[in-house]
Order: sequence, then structure tokens, then C-alpha cells
Amino acid sequence: MGMTMSQKILAYHAGLDEVKPGQLINARLDMVLANDITAPVAINEFEKCGADSIFNKEKISLVMDHFTPNKDIKAATQCKQVREFANKYDIVNFFDVGQMGIEHALLPEQGLVGPGDLVIGADSHTCTYGALGAFSTGVGSTDMAAGMITGQGWFKVPQAIKVNLTGKCTGFVSGKDVILHLIGMIGVDGALYQSLEFCGEGVSSLSMDDRLCIANMAIEAGAKNGIFPVDDITIKYCENRFKRPIMKFEADDDAQYAKEITIDLSSLRPTVSFPHLPENTHTIDEVGKIKIDQAVIGSCTNGRLDDLRAAASIIKGKKIAKDVRCIIFPGTQEIYLQALREGLIETFVEAGAVVSTPTCGPCLGGHMGILAEGEKCISTTNRNFVGRMGHIKSEVYLSSPAVAAASAVTGYITDPAKI
Amino acid sequence: MKIHGTVHKYGNNVDTDVIIPARYLNTASHEELAKHCMEDIDADFVNKVKPNDIIVAQRNFGCGSSREHAPIAIKASGISCVIASSFARIFYRNSINTGLPILECDEAANDIKNGDNLEVDFDTGIINNLTTGKQYKAQPFPEFIQNIIKKGGLLNSIK
Repeated sequence: MGMTMSQKILAYHAGLDEVKPGQLINARLDMVLANDITAPVAINEFEKCGADSIFNKEKISLVMDHFTPNKDIKAATQCKQVREFANKYDIVNFFDVGQMGIEHALLPEQGLVGPGDLVIGADSHTCTYGALGAFSTGVGSTDMAAGMITGQGWFKVPQAIKVNLTGKCTGFVSGKDVILHLIGMIGVDGALYQSLEFCGEGVSSLSMDDRLCIANMAIEAGAKNGIFPVDDITIKYCENRFKRPIMKFEADDDAQYAKEITIDLSSLRPTVSFPHLPENTHTIDEVGKIKIDQAVIGSCTNGRLDDLRAAASIIKGKKIAKDVRCIIFPGTQEIYLQALREGLIETFVEAGAVVSTPTCGPCLGGHMGILAEGEKCISTTNRNFVGRMGHIKSEVYLSSPAVAAASAVTGYITDPAKI
Repeated sequence: MKIHGTVHKYGNNVDTDVIIPARYLNTASHEELAKHCMEDIDADFVNKVKPNDIIVAQRNFGCGSSREHAPIAIKASGISCVIASSFARIFYRNSINTGLPILECDEAANDIKNGDNLEVDFDTGIINNLTTGKQYKAQPFPEFIQNIIKKGGLLNSIK
């Protein structure tokens, strides 16, 4: 029986010729990741079981991105614990304030993850690296701790949903609209325990930043991973970043899928997810007049250069609407610097937006942009659950950077083609 | 192993942000996390929960973030078991790894009401609703998974 792309990567890392859906395997890990929230729990577990060594000092990444720069004494204490652990075990890829970026923007950019890799991370958006053709999935801190000790993890081999992309995105439609549309189609548990495998001629029209955004939100459909084929765009992205040889896995022609879905990219419209689930999608044409109090542009979903360029192209020469706070979060220091060189930061500041250091802060209601009771926010982040960005009676609307930028300028959720 | 407890009932897609809001993730202390368990879906939960009580919910329980703080907070609040129609996959794995007993049973999850008294047998997967007299059968975990849960989590079980 043929295998999907995800199954082939799992089989390779388990040292098996073949795996079948439902099979339990033990597999070798290429990268094990945690952040300043999940690493402390992992370190406590690591120490509780009496471990005194790590499997590989270059294959663990610890990124201080969630409550940093430290939002309070407790957050500072957690970062201190992780910093001391990283120093004790000489962990090479420890990223503190100054080097750190939002983990899922940072690891691909730094070439720490790449095609054919098997990656686990104690963060649900670890599925982002599927954009590069890796099998990458989120786990809890205990699995992460076990991964740090042994360099291995156990997996149940998933079935896959094949998502065939045709056509090309038009106008202001981007990767974010593709993934919001898909989640709207299948629901927040539509791909539960399964892979989302993207394929078809439409893939070649999607930039790496679009693919990273799409794979990032696979978890919002309940998926175990989202994955893209390795093509020229992947290889070009990996040049001068990824140090290891590129492993290119392809789904077999006779691979079995649980379901097949086709999306014509040319038919998509800018899409907005209404509170309080990412599946509550509406096209921009159906939104109506919704006044916003805040616009957030950034995060592991949409904090990359394509995103900042899209936002800046709309905001340039205009002003952020009165009574709207527009907060911009570049994903990494490198993205920040490039945005500075291109004049994007100047555009944002002149318009009356603020530009923050990279941090996950507002996306999860941590700090740097919390909402009060009754407030509404248009956000390029990934979740709009109850209380996600602040008060339980605040509301988050998810969109692309173009829609968020247009909305920041008008004060209402707005079609970027109409300003 | 059998447990008895009173049900706290919730609906579909109970996410990890409402189970333990991120604003409290600046600590890994089990006791601290327990103080805010279910705060954004049921602000009174921590006042009414009693040791051995049971959470029953419907589809996709624990969706969202990978935070292990979610099963930790539930367990530390006194909850002895979560029964749901389905679980989000990271939460499912985290529950086993942290020693929180969970059972998937669609019929039970749909039928059982808030305040019902249940008897749950983890070895057989039998759920008895002592309030209505109705019985349900969930798939019990295999012995090795039950052992992880009994020992309080994965790393406790291998040390």
C-alpha cells in the first residue's frame, strides 16, 4: 500500500520500510523545541525522573518568546530557570531576548528545521515547519522532556486528508485566507488526529511565508501536522539557512487518504473568522460593519516579511483610525531589521501604529495588548477563543495582515480593496 | 480502579485557554494553576469542585494550545476523570503523560447531565450513572497506559 508524505517521513525516522495508519512507532527526532512557558514544566519533569544528560546539545531549541521581555517576576523566574538549564547542559540553540524571535518564525529562518525532518515542540503551532516538508507536531512538556533525554518519541501513524490546491490567489488573498477558508470548511476538529497534506499545481503560487502561515494553523483544524511538498521555493528558502542535506519525501501515487478536498485558490476572498472559534468564517463581503478597538499584526502565523510588506503597502501615507490601537509584532530580529531597512517600520510609526519587539504577548493574552471587557480586535493571530486576548467578554476576529491593516485605517473590519 | 464523583458538564470544543487562561502560565505550580482551573468558562468551578468530581464534555475537549498546564490544573483541582465524546490529540496525550484519567464515550458524553453522580471503572471502561441508572461502556486503556496514569504520569512511571 502506498504511503502519504507524512507516513514516509515517519517510516524513515523509525527505520522502517513501511508504516500503516494507526501503527505505533518509535522514531528518531531531529529537533526538540520548547518556550518559556512549556520548558519550565519540561525541566521539572526532566529533573523529577533523575535525568542528568541531554541527547544532543544542537538538537534542542529553547526560545524565550511568550512572556518576554519578562512581563512580571514570575515570568522572569521561569526564564531564569530555562536559562540556567540551557547553560548547564550547554544547549546551543537557546534564544534569549536580543536573539530570540517568535519560535515558529525563528526556527525556519535560522535553518534549524528543514525538509524531511521529524520535529516535536512543546507548542501547538510546531506544525508550522510542515511548510518546509518536515513532519512536525506539537506535544506537551512531558513528551518534550522525554525527547530531550532520549532523542526519540513515540507516534501513532496518522491518516491524511489530501488538500488539492488549484489556481492562484488573486488581489489581497493570501495564505491566511486559504487556511481560514479550509478551517471554515472542515471545522476545528475536521482533521482531528490526521495530517493535512497540501498538494496540487496551486502550491507553486504560494510563497514560503504563505505556506508557513497555512501549516501553522493546521492545528486549528485539529490536525496532527500540515505538510507541503518540497519544491524549488522550498529549496531556495533553505539555501544559506539549512545546514543539513535536504531530504525530499513525496507521497506515493497510490497513497490512501481519509478524504480529499479541492480548493480553487482563484475563487477565494479575504476571509475573517468571527468569535469564538476559527471555524466561524465569513468572507469580507459578508462581514457587515464591525467597529474595532485594536488591530494586531504579527505572531507566529503572520509576523513574517510578506505580512509586514502587505500591511505597510496598505497603511503607507495614511493614519490609523482614531480610537484604534494598532500593534505590530515582527516575528524575529532579522525580520525586524529587514522591515527597518525597507522603511516598513517608518511607515507604521508615521501612521500612528506601534512596533514591538518580537513576542507572543498579545496573541495568547499574555501582555502587550490585552483587551478590556466589550472590546473588539482584528488580529492576524491564530485563535479567537473566549478570553484569548484578554477579558472573556472581549472579541477577536482573525484575518490576514491586509485586512487587519485596512481595518486599522478605517476603524471597521474592511476589505483592503476598498480603501 | 473505581471512582465516584459528581459531574461538571460542558459542551463542544472546550479549549485549553478556558481550562487555564494563559495569563496564569507564568508559573508551573500545580496549586497555583488549580486556583484558576476552568476560570474563563465557569468562573465558579473552583468554588464548587470537590475531590473526585468528574468533568463530562462533548466533542474536541482540550483543543488549542499544547500547554500541559491544562490537564495539570484539572487534576490538581480535584477532578478524578474527564469523559468526552472526543479529545484534541495533544490534550489526550498530555492527560496520559500527567496521569489524568480520561475516557472517550460519545453516548455517555451526550446523555450525562450536570450534577449527575457517576461511578467509573477504569479497568473495564464501565460508566454507571447512579442518578439515572443508565450504564455506558467506554474503551478502557490498555494496561501499560493505565499503569502510567496510576503512577501519576509518564516520567514517574519510568524513573
